[in-house]
Amino acid sequence: MLLFQWKKIGSDSQNPCFCRQKREQTSAKPYNSSSSSCSPTLNPKLFVSVDMKFAVKAWSGGRARTGVLHLGSCPTPIETPSLLLSTRKGLPLFTPPDLLPSLPLPDSRLFHVSSLHFLEVPSPQTISKIGGLHQLLGLPEHGFVCIPRDSIQCLPECNSSNKFGASFETPSGRRLMKPVEYVELITSLKPNMWTTLADEVPVWVSDKRNKTSVDRTIRWLDECIELNQAGGPVIGSVVGGSSVNERERCAQEVASRNVSGYWIGGFGLGENMDERPALLNAVTDILQEEKPRLISGLGLPEEVLQGVAAGIDVFDSTYICHLTLGGFALTFPLDGVDMNASGIELTNIGSDQTKINLRATAYRKDMSPIVANCNCYTCKNHTKAYINHLLNVREMLAQTLLEIHNTHHYLGFFRSIRAAIKSGNFEQFRQKFVESRCYHVAAEAAAAAAFM
Amino acid sequence: MALRFEVLGRFNRARAARLTLPHFVCQTPLFMPVGTQGTIKGLTTEQLEDIGAQIILGNTYHLALRPTSELLDELGGLHKFMNWPRALLTDSGGFQMVSLLHLADITEEGVTFQSPVDGKPMLLTPEESIQIQNRIGADIIMALDDVVKTTTTGPRVEEAMDRTIRWIDRCIKAHKRPTEQNLFGIVQGGLDPVLRDICVKGLVNRNLPGYAIGGLSGGESKDSFWRVVAQCTAALPEEKPRYVMGVGYPLDIVVCSALGADMYDCVYPTRTARFGTALVPEGVLKLKQKAMAEDTRPVDPTCDCMVCKNYTRAYIHCLVTKDAMGSQLLSYHNLYYMMKLSRNLHSSIIEGRFPEFVREFLQQMFPKGDVPEWVCDAMEVAGIDISSCCTPFSSSQD
Repeated sequence: MLLFQWKKIGSDSQNPCFCRQKREQTSAKPYNSSSSSCSPTLNPKLFVSVDMKFAVKAWSGGRARTGVLHLGSCPTPIETPSLLLSTRKGLPLFTPPDLLPSLPLPDSRLFHVSSLHFLEVPSPQTISKIGGLHQLLGLPEHGFVCIPRDSIQCLPECNSSNKFGASFETPSGRRLMKPVEYVELITSLKPNMWTTLADEVPVWVSDKRNKTSVDRTIRWLDECIELNQAGGPVIGSVVGGSSVNERERCAQEVASRNVSGYWIGGFGLGENMDERPALLNAVTDILQEEKPRLISGLGLPEEVLQGVAAGIDVFDSTYICHLTLGGFALTFPLDGVDMNASGIELTNIGSDQTKINLRATAYRKDMSPIVANCNCYTCKNHTKAYINHLLNVREMLAQTLLEIHNTHHYLGFFRSIRAAIKSGNFEQFRQKFVESRCYHVAAEAAAAAAFM
Repeated sequence: MALRFEVLGRFNRARAARLTLPHFVCQTPLFMPVGTQGTIKGLTTEQLEDIGAQIILGNTYHLALRPTSELLDELGGLHKFMNWPRALLTDSGGFQMVSLLHLADITEEGVTFQSPVDGKPMLLTPEESIQIQNRIGADIIMALDDVVKTTTTGPRVEEAMDRTIRWIDRCIKAHKRPTEQNLFGIVQGGLDPVLRDICVKGLVNRNLPGYAIGGLSGGESKDSFWRVVAQCTAALPEEKPRYVMGVGYPLDIVVCSALGADMYDCVYPTRTARFGTALVPEGVLKLKQKAMAEDTRPVDPTCDCMVCKNYTRAYIHCLVTKDAMGSQLLSYHNLYYMMKLSRNLHSSIIEGRFPEFVREFLQQMFPKGDVPEWVCDAMEVAGIDISSCCTPFSSSQD
């Protein structure tokens, strides 16, 4: 077992940070004090750069592309298509901050943060005093993307939205967010990117309601840009429901504004997956090519592939969260090579070729890791039998270990996507992937929705 | 015997030692976090190592239920199952039964109880307890004792003490792995010094690798508590470790260490973390309080754990009792605090500055000088001058 010690990294030694330096330890050696040598005080006046640059790098025949995202606070640029990790109040649900460096870098540094998690405490004044998200969360080298909707706790409540603001269900109850207080909160959080306030509606609303949502979203876009005192990168929100015309209209308006990127909303709210390509393509064909496209609500692997095919660069997915809460661990092969040829038919307990249900008694004595040559903390240190036990006795460590593995694995999926695009065969990759799955996406989505 | 205990430094009754166990070389005095069901709530084994945990506890009762001791044995023992490379200690299972189960009854045979699974009558004998613990494979195992509440009076106390002695022989006989696992006896006898003395002598006669002081932390007064500890540490052999079960609060640990105890366990640090309370030099800090919502200081400015280095009280406040991460971070800090306390006790004794450490500890916890009387009494017996920490005794009439 290796012993870790906190150590300052880099020449800029003002940042308290999580970096680990491994020390060898033999079993007979008496332990040493594990005192940290990181800087002892939080520096509220520390300036964290939130500059953002994006460049498209490669295409794969259609709209799918790779890109590079340079975020001021991140020491290493992040390749796209990439995944935003789900958080609650800025930190992952279960993965402790000192284990974050064990996740794949730099891709694991992109976090989705919902400003709606900060409606109560601390106040915007206190958050500003502390120095914004990077200081608040002790993660100065991370990239934070603020999108109010988190698809788990914070969902748009379109019936309560009105001309003054967008309504959301939040942990603090139903709230109406108006542009002024929305931007005030963003200003205190100082994220690397933030989406303008949008009026998201599901596909079954009336045409009139849908049109109104586009009108409001554009108006709030302009208000947010005007109120943006801090000057941080603004991501323009595009809505339009299931109307190609409205989608196009909204995209045109947003594309003509001075924004640093785009966020496409209104998906993952119960629409038919088959409807999406037409709507997505209509939008991405209009948006400026060299700016990043973000999307929420396309969480499952097939949905991500759908989005990549339409030219989306960054995905906000709750897949990992739902898997983790349900006791599932991802096992699908990442390189087209079957890593887990166990031959056991496990379909009737929710396990299949893509994931396993660690609550199943089949794993009671299984002393192997979740995935044979996975390099994540969980697979390097623990077995299916142990996680099975933790789930049975309802210990939180189960979720911690599962979240770490699932995050690692899903980030690996995104790496495979990028590799396929770079080598020009994304469409083959996508087709092969979809065919190899032996269950219906609808069943998966229903199961995932059941955990919400 | 599967341990070595070498005293490296002393101050009067207090001692700092090296305790060599099959899986780890430990430094005492030490606190042992409680990992009830094969995990310390919310923390990874790596974090536990980072914090400096040396021995952690597993609860035999819970583990025997799930995943069962047979399974643990089959899979190579609890160390391997949870991937904890350092030392483990298991209790006998008796305490949980008596405290958790409906209709638990103690007879000469053992502890009879209703199975929590199907309600059938079951029996935990000394033999069975040791067999289960043999299968789990901890470095230190505890004898099954007949434990009574300290508030119990009358002949029951003596009956329990006598039975504990009879049971220790059955435990010793049943113990199949004496070269790999150390069987500790537990001193009972309630608050009666005569009974405690008889029990100590009886256990010491069996020449066990170590001894625990049991039956405390159950509602007795602090004054009674320290006196029992003082009596037992004075009577137990010098060259063997002494473990005060169920202790506890940092103040109690400092006092017991001054009186000559070496090992402690308690769920308090992790349990109180889940309620939003942090352990700090001044005592406790309740992070749920409204005042914490805008407090931008670290939880403990003197602490250099990753929680105190990176987070403000305001942020922890918004997490506690609402998000799992809040419990995790506070548990981390609280255990770090306890292990730092353990290290400080050990090093201050070795470096010949134990009384200074005790005084500093008390001054931080009682800045107004209102050190409780029981602490003053105990420190007098321990031979540590804490007069500088206490305000002069103000008489009730002015």
